[in-house]
Amino acid sequence: MAAASEMKTSSPIMGSGLQPDGLAVRLRRRYFRTPMNAAISLAGMAVLLYLGFHALDWAVLKAVWVSPDGTSAVCRDIAGACWAVIQQRWRIIIFGLFPYDEQWRSMLACLVMIATIVLSCLPWFWKPLRLSSLWCAGFLLFYVLMRGGLFGMKTVLPADWGGLTLTVFLYAAGVLIGMPMAIAMALLRRSEMALVSRMTGALIDGVRSLPLITILFTAALIFPFVLPGWLQGDKIWRVIIGFALFFAAYQAEIIRSGIQSIPVGQEEAAKALGLSYWHRTGRIILPQAFRNALPPTINQLVITFKETSLIVIIGFFDILASGNAAYGTGEWSFAYFEVYIFVALVYFVFVFSLSRYGAYLERRMRFGQH
Amino acid sequence: MQIFRNRKTRSVVYQVAFLAVFALIIFGAVHEASTKLAAQGMTSGFDFLHKTTGFRIGFSLIPFDPFDSYLQMLWVGILNTIFLGILSIILANIVGLVIAVFRISSNGVLNDIGTLYIEAFRNVPLILQALFWYAALTHLPPPKLAYSFFDSVFLSARGVFVPSLNVEGKWFAAVALVLIVGLSVLAWFSMSRRFRRINRRGAIQIGIAGLTLATMAGMLVYAREPGSDIISVPALRGLNFRGGVAIPPELSALAIATAIYGGAYIAEVIRAGFLSVGKGQVEAARALGLSPWHVFSRVHLPLAIRAVLPTLINQYVWLFKATTLGIVVGFADFFSVISVSINQSGQTLELIAILMAGFLIMNNTLSFVLNRVNKAIALKGTQLRT
Repeated sequence: MAAASEMKTSSPIMGSGLQPDGLAVRLRRRYFRTPMNAAISLAGMAVLLYLGFHALDWAVLKAVWVSPDGTSAVCRDIAGACWAVIQQRWRIIIFGLFPYDEQWRSMLACLVMIATIVLSCLPWFWKPLRLSSLWCAGFLLFYVLMRGGLFGMKTVLPADWGGLTLTVFLYAAGVLIGMPMAIAMALLRRSEMALVSRMTGALIDGVRSLPLITILFTAALIFPFVLPGWLQGDKIWRVIIGFALFFAAYQAEIIRSGIQSIPVGQEEAAKALGLSYWHRTGRIILPQAFRNALPPTINQLVITFKETSLIVIIGFFDILASGNAAYGTGEWSFAYFEVYIFVALVYFVFVFSLSRYGAYLERRMRFGQH
Repeated sequence: MQIFRNRKTRSVVYQVAFLAVFALIIFGAVHEASTKLAAQGMTSGFDFLHKTTGFRIGFSLIPFDPFDSYLQMLWVGILNTIFLGILSIILANIVGLVIAVFRISSNGVLNDIGTLYIEAFRNVPLILQALFWYAALTHLPPPKLAYSFFDSVFLSARGVFVPSLNVEGKWFAAVALVLIVGLSVLAWFSMSRRFRRINRRGAIQIGIAGLTLATMAGMLVYAREPGSDIISVPALRGLNFRGGVAIPPELSALAIATAIYGGAYIAEVIRAGFLSVGKGQVEAARALGLSPWHVFSRVHLPLAIRAVLPTLINQYVWLFKATTLGIVVGFADFFSVISVSINQSGQTLELIAILMAGFLIMNNTLSFVLNRVNKAIALKGTQLRT
């Protein structure tokens, strides 16, 4: 309390503190406090306005939105953006190589997966039973829709999946498999048995000091060598396992640091009460550890979403690769800028909303914390 | 079952079981791999490293031609990765520091620019940004219509052409080594306690700097090709530029993308450092009458960097790993030479082993060196952080 009141008195510009200042006062304080400050503000605003106007001029005012005849002729001599490329090629960007007549399935599956992700952000679902049944249902529905072969739907093998749907699928599957792996690895590393904790530690540190591409590459190339035929599965599953392992190695360290920030007394009290290891871990340690580790976990989830884009290197047709393909024809090769901006916007929407959600959770968590 | 109740016995049993499962998996994998290799009639071993590759590489720091061996190609890849990694870390650090200063400045517009920058570039994958810059750089005008700055720097679709020194690569490396040694000696002399009592430190510092510069100049004059200028300026000859040095678009695209993307992350780390410096420290510096620049450069910045150096080191190591995107734009880094070698020679397992070992060594060396630096400059003892 003392510190808070001191901070208030030490800054005379804070106002009376009784009622919030008006907009004009706040604006003046933020941008025009001293003459020097005002000069910098004006210069900065000029630069921003200049850039903003040019961006607007290019992206909206002088842009061409549709191509009536399906060719790039409308974009020949324009000074603005050629959004017609998106209008013409959006299907390949979003759905990849999925058969044209079946693309409604890919669309629906993508929406199912996004809905599952969004629903699991709601606190109501944060019970083990609810969360696991939600994900089982979501995954099952997604898989049936994408693969087909049931209810008269044509079978589409994973090799033909692509675009945004593949990106979302890879992300969800990687995190879903990676999270239990991460918990197991964190607990094993904390084990009192020296051999177990050392070996898990070596695995985690090894994975963490390799770039993700090398792990995906290894998973795609090495598994066919070292696994017997009945264990191999489709290429996409091998890559998902590699992806999950990478996520798990980072997430395990986050969970471990969450566990370490719990006062030792908690575990000792649980032991004194005679709780078994599983009860201690499941009821006392892990819930608190997850709460402590929530901000870095969200951060890791955000990074992981961006890193799904690396599968383009091992030959998958995710949204980035299909974006490349969308402008890769001779017809549209000049429109790389528009396509990349579109793909970047799609990523931005996902990543930005995820990180905003993380910030909201952090604020929410502060209540009820002692 | 009485014996299983004993905690020690149980622990031994568990560990033996763990080890057995692990050994079984390894054994199964090796067995499977060797039967498959035998079935395909492939030879294992590292003899292929001495075969010629028949491959051409766009950018390499050491000489390489198609008659050289795989080993030489791997060296090219490793050096390119290290070069690009260090270049990216330095550039990202500069960008990050500028944006962090924007973010903590008392000016609203600068804050907004910083926030805008971070939100725009941190939320888009690095690989997309690299592809974007590569596309943008290769869509620049051809050499004949290149953008030119002072008639010595040219931007064209073939790359960026800048003036260079007219000496051979190895001499250039030697000169760079002299520069690094000179700077290290200077830093050691200035910072070490051992020399604190010496009189006329300024004169000795100037002496060290002068000696370094003189050695460098002497080496350059000695090493240049006889009868040519020391500095070679690029000039248009026919359809391409001659002279100077060409920075290929592959390299610039990756360096720009990592500098921008990594800069956004590093900015947030440095900003956290600035915020963690106690208000009292800055106020005390102001009260002593230091100028704003001195408050920033002698008090605020050093304390901020020391506070977040461990985080920053993790960030550098992460950035170093993140630069291995050469394969998407055709830059011959370690990963992409391994990938090419696997396609060419078919020695998958050996090359993957080299790939992993190489990255483990490089990353652990980097973090070891940086952690030593951290230990050397960390604040000793406790301090009041208010």
